[in-house]
Amino acid sequence: MYRRITEPTAESVTIRFEGERLKVAANETVAAAILASNPGFTRTTPVSGEKRAPYCLMGTCFECLMEIDGVPNRQACMTIVADGMEVKRQSGKREMPE
Amino acid sequence: MSESIDLAVIGAGPAGLAAATEAASHGLTVVLFDEQPAPGGQIYRNIESVDRVRLGEVLGEDYLKGADIAKAFRASSAEYRPGATVWRVDADGSLAWTDGTAARITTAKRVISATGALERPVPVPGWTLPGVMGAGAAQILLKTAGMVPDGPTVIAGNGPLLYLVANQLFSAGTEIAAILETTRFRDYIGAARYAFGAMKANEYLSKGNRMMQELKRKGLRVQSGTTNIRADGDGKLGTVRFTANRDEHEIEASTLLLHQGVVPNVQITRQMGAAHEWYEPQRYWRPVTDEWGATSIETLAVAGDGAGIFGAEVAAAAGQLAGLDAAHRIGKIDELDRDVKAGPLLRERNRIAGVRPLLDHLFQPTDEILRPADETLVCRCEEVTAGDIRQCVAEGATGPNQLKAYTRCGMGPCQGRMCGLTVAELIADAREKPVEEIGYYRLRPPIKPVTLGELAAMEDAAD
Repeated sequence: MYRRITEPTAESVTIRFEGERLKVAANETVAAAILASNPGFTRTTPVSGEKRAPYCLMGTCFECLMEIDGVPNRQACMTIVADGMEVKRQSGKREMPE
Repeated sequence: MSESIDLAVIGAGPAGLAAATEAASHGLTVVLFDEQPAPGGQIYRNIESVDRVRLGEVLGEDYLKGADIAKAFRASSAEYRPGATVWRVDADGSLAWTDGTAARITTAKRVISATGALERPVPVPGWTLPGVMGAGAAQILLKTAGMVPDGPTVIAGNGPLLYLVANQLFSAGTEIAAILETTRFRDYIGAARYAFGAMKANEYLSKGNRMMQELKRKGLRVQSGTTNIRADGDGKLGTVRFTANRDEHEIEASTLLLHQGVVPNVQITRQMGAAHEWYEPQRYWRPVTDEWGATSIETLAVAGDGAGIFGAEVAAAAGQLAGLDAAHRIGKIDELDRDVKAGPLLRERNRIAGVRPLLDHLFQPTDEILRPADETLVCRCEEVTAGDIRQCVAEGATGPNQLKAYTRCGMGPCQGRMCGLTVAELIADAREKPVEEIGYYRLRPPIKPVTLGELAAMEDAAD
């Protein structure tokens, strides 16, 4: 969906998106990192299961909700990546923890 | 014990940075809260770390000069608290906020809300498809991550940012399939009478004109008077369809960037119950403010685009004015001092603001996004269409708050940020009443999500 035109200036870190390892710049948001990996979509909606992807990238639309390090419904555009971070698509509603 | 300070500033864009810097220079204890990890807001996003060598020319001088305002703030005695989300503000000056681990309370004698603008949501058929985004969103990716859309890109709508983003993306190597302007010839005629007033800020006019000419010079396809813009595709954007010169057109694209101006972010001022007024030319709500940004709530001022859209330079001046007024109210400077310092700021602000009536009338939101066709999704969170809303009004829903009970519109995670303006327009239209009479959602805290874990950690943090 998006491609990089600059070499990352910050050191890189490795995150996992749905199990796939991605090497990304240490200072970018989860949403940017995932968009550069051509994810197709980043969540499905709780109402109809429709596929969605980030829309505003500034914290207002809540389309970029993802599961980050086991915590569901986090705004990927407001979260900076960290080494070893596990990112998954948010599928529908969050589940109550056991 | 909760923290106690003179002034809390919310938001680290030009208004917030200038407000905090000014207030701190008069000896106030100031804390600036910002959700982002670095100063700049959206307009100067990532200004301290941007790759100037590769992106400096692409992003341009107007962006790069944001570095000065961030630098002045860094040099001030104001405390900077990045990654801090304010989720409730009360009229007694207490702010509830979280750093992502524990919720905390800070009490301030005065609060300056500088939360700026958000891109006006552009509800067209298919706008929820992956691949469709705000033009501002693409610009954020360029500023923060040095990324551009991969594949043919269509940019559609109106407003100064549309041309800026188109030029920036093109310079950065994006394949721009078309720029679809919704502006019609008659919009230019309608706006012409504001041209004289705009002359005061002549540099803005020539800059704008240059940006528009530049696109044509680059040989890009620019289509004016476009209507019926829609996005189609199976699970992601494939085709952009539109009408121009009475003909149907389609363009294959992997990215569609929508933009029809920006509107004030009213979450905090609404949650606090400040008085708001309807601004007809751009059809948005803004808090009622005086020349210092003071609102109907004794402790609260608003600086920058959150008080009405005037752009970054006016925002910086407004921030300084609000900072001066805070210093005066808290007893650090007398009224004369404040007024003497404010004089040139007010003059410059009024001069630059002179360009707005022209822009606001030329680049109005189109009827088709203000009152979308029945099939268009209006509430992205709860998946409510314009047709659903019209049906509910027919069944007796009288306003946005009542509509919540019918549809859950405005009750999803975005809390009405994406649907609020459209919902009010649709109800007003169906009931044949002015939007002012229909009103807006009653916003309640928390205005940003906060976890039970963060709330539970609140007591411990206070000890």
